[in-house]
Amino acid sequence: MLDQPGDSTLIDFRSVCRSFPKGSGEALTVLEKVDLTIRSGEIVGLLGRSGSGKSTLLRIIAGLIAPSSGNATCRGETIQGPPNGIAMVFQSFALFPWLTVLQNVELGLEALGIDSAERRTRAIAAIDLIGLDGFESAYPKELSGGMRQRVGFARALVVHPDLLLMDEPFSALDVLTAETLRTDLVDLWIEGRLPIKSVLMVTHNIEEAVLMCDRVLVFSSNPGRVAAEFKIDLPHPRNRLDPAFRQLVDTLYARMTQRPEPKAQPVGPAAGGGVGMVLDHVSSNVLSGLIETLAAAPYNGHADLPVLAGQLQLEADEILHLGEALQLLRFAQLSEGDLVLTDAGKRFAHLETDARKKLFAQHLVDYVPVMGLIKRVLDERPSHVAPAARFRNELEDYMSEDYADETLKTIVSWGRYAELFAYDEQSETFSLENPN
Amino acid sequence: MDFRIIRVPALDQALRPNIWDIVALILVIGAMVLIVYGGKQTTLPLSSLDVAPVSLDPSHLPLYALRTTMRMLLAIVCSIIFTFIYAAVAAKSRRAEMVLIPLLDILQSVPILGFLTFTVVFFMNLFPGNVMGAELACVFAIFTSQAWNMTFSMYQSMRNVPKDLEEATQSFHLSGWQRFWRLDVPFAMPGLIWNTMMSMSGGWFFVVASEAITVGNTTVTLPGIGSYVALGIEKQDLKAIGYAILTMLLVIIAYDQLLFRPIVAWADKFRFEQTASGNPPTSWMLDLFRRTRALRALTLPFAAVNRAFSNLRINWPASLQPTKKAGPPSRAVDAIWFLLIGVSTGYAAYRAYEYLSASLGLSDIFAAFGYGLLTLTRVIVLIALATLVWVPVGVWIGLRPKLAESIQPLAQFLAAFPANLAFPVFVYLIVHYGLNANVWLSPLMILGTQWYILFNVIAGASAFPSDLREAASSLHLKGWRWWIKVVLPGIFPYYITGAITASGGSWNASIVAEVASWGTTHLTAAGLGAYIAKATEAGDFPRVVLGIAVMCILVTLFNRLLWRPLYAFGERRLRLG
Repeated sequence: MLDQPGDSTLIDFRSVCRSFPKGSGEALTVLEKVDLTIRSGEIVGLLGRSGSGKSTLLRIIAGLIAPSSGNATCRGETIQGPPNGIAMVFQSFALFPWLTVLQNVELGLEALGIDSAERRTRAIAAIDLIGLDGFESAYPKELSGGMRQRVGFARALVVHPDLLLMDEPFSALDVLTAETLRTDLVDLWIEGRLPIKSVLMVTHNIEEAVLMCDRVLVFSSNPGRVAAEFKIDLPHPRNRLDPAFRQLVDTLYARMTQRPEPKAQPVGPAAGGGVGMVLDHVSSNVLSGLIETLAAAPYNGHADLPVLAGQLQLEADEILHLGEALQLLRFAQLSEGDLVLTDAGKRFAHLETDARKKLFAQHLVDYVPVMGLIKRVLDERPSHVAPAARFRNELEDYMSEDYADETLKTIVSWGRYAELFAYDEQSETFSLENPN
Repeated sequence: MDFRIIRVPALDQALRPNIWDIVALILVIGAMVLIVYGGKQTTLPLSSLDVAPVSLDPSHLPLYALRTTMRMLLAIVCSIIFTFIYAAVAAKSRRAEMVLIPLLDILQSVPILGFLTFTVVFFMNLFPGNVMGAELACVFAIFTSQAWNMTFSMYQSMRNVPKDLEEATQSFHLSGWQRFWRLDVPFAMPGLIWNTMMSMSGGWFFVVASEAITVGNTTVTLPGIGSYVALGIEKQDLKAIGYAILTMLLVIIAYDQLLFRPIVAWADKFRFEQTASGNPPTSWMLDLFRRTRALRALTLPFAAVNRAFSNLRINWPASLQPTKKAGPPSRAVDAIWFLLIGVSTGYAAYRAYEYLSASLGLSDIFAAFGYGLLTLTRVIVLIALATLVWVPVGVWIGLRPKLAESIQPLAQFLAAFPANLAFPVFVYLIVHYGLNANVWLSPLMILGTQWYILFNVIAGASAFPSDLREAASSLHLKGWRWWIKVVLPGIFPYYITGAITASGGSWNASIVAEVASWGTTHLTAAGLGAYIAKATEAGDFPRVVLGIAVMCILVTLFNRLLWRPLYAFGERRLRLG
């Protein structure tokens, strides 16, 4: 909040890349040429879809993983291992269940070798600040989620870090608790009572980013890079209903859906016709439900994403996720923050179960290359049986093992719904035989 | 009640009977050969030991019980220290892990009393003419019965430490040492304590068995309950056996109430769960202790020392630190490491071959395997019989919570009781009625281990969800269908855990159970256990090594080909909740 002189740079990233080895031996690029600067006195938000590498970026800053290339510095020094003056708040709270609240908060100070009297004073101060007085001797399992995350905050604040890293700190909390915690934190920040200089927050919640941050970096996926930067000058406390606030939220939604490419890997010439596409698992029930909702009033086939997300109580990331699945199957189209049903989608909404399955199967074979491939292989083989490993190997040429697992899970679930093929989990084989 | 999910750590691993197991097997056998060989070089005729003769006077029993218990406790301390070091090295170093884990797996299937054969000679030579050597050999035997599964449990916990907690310790700059005591050890605690408890239960059996043992011309008689019973057998004194059993019952009750229940209740806080569980274990001893101010005050200095100790800022050597680099590990170092393992294995194989081939032929190997198959048959038949008896009983008890609450501790208690103390009673009956030893000695193998099946089945049936039971009765499922479709799949993972423990214990017990005597009458059931026992008594080391190797191979194969697939199947498909 405060206007700091220009040389107060805390974190400086130049062309930072990070890749992970994948099954076939090549590397999977998660972060590509990321430039980033964090100065004193600001709250910066990293906004992006899941899998866009923003958590990886946060862990590079925290010194938990090293960049593959590029220059990552903290106060002018290259980051090697966790730097001093950086503390982290975890999505899962990461509290030690065998330590009390007080012991959890003291942990970071013990590691610094601070003597017990000062440790106690500072821990009590942090506990008071974050509103945990009275809970000092409780064990984490006795606390509600909101209280646990307060412990997480106190534990990070007690070491008086220059930079507080927050990895989706509110996403494991229910809506009301998360809101209370956000506003408490923003209040402490603008009152200047937090013993920190800057905050970097990873989130996929657009409203949260607009509510809290001075600056938002939008990440694109596959590979992750900074796609856009927005400054947010709205005065605190910010009002979600303020037209300027809504405007910003809409702009960010539009920015995140601007290039509605499916999450395909940039594949080479011998790419096997798009087989290497990562399929995130979305249940066919959810897809059917979403198509029905879109087809019905008040949307009548055309929905504004923030409005739809609000009605369905979904976060931006989740609604985009669903929208993309529908778009992949050509049941809907994403554009400029809107989700529009295609003709096929409208037809789907009015069909009976069996007819829906047929239409779904048709679209799977036509538009999801790997489904077409499996169907073809099963048809061609005299036994009509094929091991899953055959397709998994092909997938792992294009993606990491985790993504291949996820994709295979999606294939099985969609294929079963569409009655395209059967899958035996025990032997891990696809076949054309159905039990009936 | 202790109805938590009980896991067999060694079986959580993937099915991988691979080259490393063979390497480990060869290394273990090679080491045994080397120990004997080294021992032989320095063998001096051992004159009669300076040991006060054991007497059958019951008034000596409290003292004997104390000495037996001391050996147990000493061994458990050694096991814990060993566990911390071995598991930490295996979990932190990839290269060490490649050797240490298969090695542990093989060590686990070496019959405990087999170790004793080698170590008695070794330790007695370390302290010639001194009772110390015999004591150490005994403690070492108990150690070998306790350490392996504890180490496995610790290793597996350390490999499964939640990632977010690991990141938290790094990001808050905890040193490697601090991390070990603040994260790894507490996280491993529940599994470790459970396994320690199981180890202690098994340990009583071996402490009793190893107090009076003859290896060749070396006879060990340590004052303790085991040697008291051995003397009772020699003197054909059934009353003395009764006194010994009674004393042991009291000792185990005391150890359970004064030591283990408090520890289990205390360790409940280490259970890794985010919500409070319904029924935390309790202990009157711990409550008493927590309520007394004076006793608590006594612990404060210990707590302070513990704090200072665990807060030492020692870092692991760089090679044991988790790699932060993106690059793959060095191939050259790997190559040297593999070469080193290869050479050691080759040397061990050569020495073992040289030693064994000097006095053993192919026919000996066939004979040993033949005996092995006999014992294998016994184990299978006995486990099947125990299953037929205890599964229905266990289900019946487990579905009645009130009853289960009182029976469960009894079953656990019976599992801890060293069954070999009761062997003489059975042997007396066999001799008295002139029964066939080949058949009637067999049940002794499972006498102490059948209770594992019972209490695991009780735990499984107690944990069976009541909604499923209600669904089954609303669908009118009865009789066979109810057993096959409802209850048996539900308790299957628990049953397998119990059966694995029971079968492992039976193999171990065969060495004591297949040979029995009452006074001057000696009974033998043909089998691998008797083969090893006789070779031990005769000091015939090549045959002991052969017998142990065969048992190792059979137990390992049995585990890999039968129990592990069943366990994996149960975990995958039948684990409820």
